[in-house]
Amino acid sequence: MSNVLVFVEQREGRVKKASLEALTLARTLASSLGGAVHAVLVGDGVAGLAAEAARYGAAKVWTAEGAGLARYSGDGYAQALAKAVEASSPALVLVAHTAMGKDLAPRAAALTGSGLVSDAVEVRVEGGTVHATKPVFAGKAYKRCAMTTNPAFVSLRPNSVTATEEAGAGEAAALDVPAGDFLTVVKDILAASGDKVPLQEANVVVSGGRGLKGPEHFHLIEDLAAAFGAGVAAVGASRAVVDAGWRPHSEQVGQTGKVVSPTLYFAIGISGAIQHLAGMSTSKYIVAINKDPEAPIFKVANYGIVGDAFEVVPKLCEAIRAAVQH
Amino acid sequence: MNILVLVKRVPATDSQIKVAADGKRYDPAGVEHVLNPYDEYAVEQALQLQAARGGEVTVLTVGGADAQKDLRTCLAMGADKAVLLEPDKAFDSKSLCDALAAKVRELGPELVLCGMKAVDDDDAQVPARLATLLGWSCLTDATALDLAEDGSFTGQRDIEGGKESVAGRLPAVISCNKGLNEPRYPNLKGIMAAKKKPLEQGAIALEEPGAVVEGLTPPPARPAPTILGQGVDAIPALIDKLKNEAKAL
Ligand SMILES: Cc1cc2nc3c(=O)[nH]c(=O)nc-3n(C[C@H](O)[C@H](O)[C@H](O)COP(=O)(O)OP(=O)(O)OC[C@H]3O[C@@H](n4cnc5c(N)ncnc54)[C@H](O)[C@@H]3O)c2cc1C
Ligand SMILES: Nc1ncnc2c1ncn2[C@@H]1O[C@H](COP(=O)(O)O)[C@@H](O)[C@H]1O
Repeated sequence: MSNVLVFVEQREGRVKKASLEALTLARTLASSLGGAVHAVLVGDGVAGLAAEAARYGAAKVWTAEGAGLARYSGDGYAQALAKAVEASSPALVLVAHTAMGKDLAPRAAALTGSGLVSDAVEVRVEGGTVHATKPVFAGKAYKRCAMTTNPAFVSLRPNSVTATEEAGAGEAAALDVPAGDFLTVVKDILAASGDKVPLQEANVVVSGGRGLKGPEHFHLIEDLAAAFGAGVAAVGASRAVVDAGWRPHSEQVGQTGKVVSPTLYFAIGISGAIQHLAGMSTSKYIVAINKDPEAPIFKVANYGIVGDAFEVVPKLCEAIRAAVQH
Repeated sequence: MNILVLVKRVPATDSQIKVAADGKRYDPAGVEHVLNPYDEYAVEQALQLQAARGGEVTVLTVGGADAQKDLRTCLAMGADKAVLLEPDKAFDSKSLCDALAAKVRELGPELVLCGMKAVDDDDAQVPARLATLLGWSCLTDATALDLAEDGSFTGQRDIEGGKESVAGRLPAVISCNKGLNEPRYPNLKGIMAAKKKPLEQGAIALEEPGAVVEGLTPPPARPAPTILGQGVDAIPALIDKLKNEAKAL
């Protein structure tokens, strides 16, 4: 009755790192609740991923498999998750707050009559009750809630927890697959750029702003990202440069863009408007490069360099490249 | 096609947030409030769909009496009528949607348009919850939408590293993201016309929330910022910090 059920997200046969983080957190919460960690995988031919869920602590791994679930369907996956809730009677359901998770969690919460705290950065169990804390007002305040429903749902902001392995029994069990003919289905995935690491998943995000003066100078930002080596860093942008058409909206970080929480965030030629901070203030380390010593970004930056991006960034690229190759 | 647009009044995105005396809410004194920016995309989308295929656009909010102002903004943009429902207690997305579903059924639209999220609680729950309770199709975070005559639609939403194209059919709840359209500004004629448009006021009874607020606090303090120096001379110090403190290299 006090299990923690984790929805383990996979796309194209690969488990999302954010789900491994959720499993890691689930271990602690399940032991406070006196229950076990259960995982659920939904898709077509996903049973092979159960071992990975087990490596991160799942005592039991439910699978909902079927051709109709090969691509994400909000209502289809929500039905599958609701079936897993029925089967594992959890006190808490954890979902990673990814593009899929933020669509899925409210649907499954509605199907099971549950409360949901979305985009939480901390979850605790105290006196048998689940408490979750999330940034609100674009990170200008944190709200802590006590969950009143059983189960309670929480979607967890990626990178809020470090994923670590600790094997669970991983007992496999199949769920009845919801009948097809879903209301909403994904027809196609349009990948922006196959080999690049997605903004929300990158360990390092290098963002540029209006201080770069024009789209023709954004190669500085791309070079710095590339200096970290393949698959490490992604490029972000402020709204000012997205609105000016220098960069696509998919790169915008902030209140009306993506929320990122990498280990390392570079803000280059970005003033640090509150709406930008909304998208990156939970980053672990923030580096600001700005020629104005009074720029508000320096108030949140762990490390600041007052200087001209056109001079600093090329040299910084060299130094990072040298350090990474070491 | 009748469209219902759900909107919310929220603090302006650049406002300072202070915690109220009860330690659970924000203090609205001196805070400028606006129509949730994402709801502007929803109102705009409704007006464009109405121009193409007729029907009525109703905007609805659950909130305090001062939300009339934002409803008038929507009417000035071109919506036909507005509904303001005052809640009988504090609510979360669960208790709001549990009560709102019945109201939506009563109003009987074919399409409900929402913002992707309300920028107060940054919850992004209402659209998908409501659709699920109604048993309707649902596209969240739409950056593109193509609605066919027969009621089927395809749309797009951002995912990690790309986009996905999503298909569904009416009746539906669709939440709107930046990129979907460019919201219009109300013009003088619209503002004048809005004064005469119907704004119905009522109440809505809510159950207890699924997540009870225990406390609102300032965000955890970030470590004290360090200016490492000026220009290229500061680079060695930064590399040292990234290596030995942040352990990011
Ligand atoms: C409803 C709403 C939502 C918003 N959502 C977002 C959002 O999601 N994301 C977002 O980013 N913004 C958002 N904004 C906009 C935000 O308020 C700022 O306008 C925007 O972030 C500014 O972008 P910027 O820092 O690139 O430009 P600016 O504020 O113009 O700053 C440019 C900076 O570059 C520095 N600079 C200039 N030249 C150099 C140089 N040679 N070398 C180094 N530094 C230099 C300057 O000192 C300055 O600090 C939103 C605004 C509103 C009203
Ligand atoms: N109190 C409310 N009244 C009417 N619509 C709301 C309310 N709260 C949220 N919504 C709608 O749901 C969207 C998403 O809000 P949320 O799920 O609260 O982040 C908003 O952009 C509105 O369209």
